[in-house]
Amino acid sequence: MDLILEPWPWYVSGPCIAIVMFLLLYFGRTFGMSSNLRTICAMGGAGKRVKFFDFDWRQYQWNLIVICGAFVGGYIAHNFLSNPININLSEATITDLNSLGFKNIGKSLLPGELFSWEAFFSIKGFLILVIGGFLVGFGTRYAGGCTSGHAITGLSSLQLPSFIAVIGFFIGGLIMIHLIYPILF
Amino acid sequence: MGKYLKFFLVGIFFGIVLVKSEAVSWYRIYEMFKFQSFHMYGIIGSAVITGVILLVASKQLKLKTTEGTYLRVPLKDRGLIRYILGGSVFGLGWALCGACPGPMYILVGTGVMTMLIVILAAIVGTYAYGALRSKLPH
Repeated sequence: MDLILEPWPWYVSGPCIAIVMFLLLYFGRTFGMSSNLRTICAMGGAGKRVKFFDFDWRQYQWNLIVICGAFVGGYIAHNFLSNPININLSEATITDLNSLGFKNIGKSLLPGELFSWEAFFSIKGFLILVIGGFLVGFGTRYAGGCTSGHAITGLSSLQLPSFIAVIGFFIGGLIMIHLIYPILF
Repeated sequence: MGKYLKFFLVGIFFGIVLVKSEAVSWYRIYEMFKFQSFHMYGIIGSAVITGVILLVASKQLKLKTTEGTYLRVPLKDRGLIRYILGGSVFGLGWALCGACPGPMYILVGTGVMTMLIVILAAIVGTYAYGALRSKLPH
């Protein structure tokens, strides 16, 4: 039981993610989480205004079920399968975050500085969540996939477009962390 | 409902794995983009290597899906600009709020309710892409 309660090492987690991808392919579907955002737009009737959302979203219901399961999985893992969180971050990361003014580093999955209600009700905190989410939604659809569709499924099937997309993920991520964070925090 | 149960179970497993691996953690994403730990690279790398093996094996064994067709991965369209630009836009957002489109829902499950605003914003972002699609270089 202790083995389950402790954080899982990368060499267990990575293959497990590949199994998720494989199972969805085995069920005749595919592993792509960002498609759900498009499906939700279509469900809300966006197809009446924008052609991109004019498709029968019911054929993607299975994927909405996957994210419902993911939500429940998150609940189960966090409430029943975890010791108190203390993420084993590298010393360098802790030092860097300290110098940006972060406290209680790694004591929860997400920093309170960004995800607490207090942060949400500040202008800066609100804008970070809204702009971050907007960029994720816009960028994944523009690139035709996210980490699951490109980095896992696309790379596993040796597709060049996915490799290019992953390079893009890193261009954006590195710009944010190395150039924009020092201005934000 | 019966035909959807397997998807629900896969989703649960996915949620558990991503929490237990800490891949849903903003801190781990920050650390990854700082190249200060092998953890995330180990997860993605071992996932891809396992994925390659599983896909090659399925092809060799001519494995059929539960739908009766041969197991195949949908092919991405050819292109360059959309992948570099779109990928970079996603990367900016991923690094800013530390969550990609799978972990968002998982994190709500772990009790982070402010993640709902991120999901809402992501839906708006997807809608904005759809509306501007014909004007963007692909």
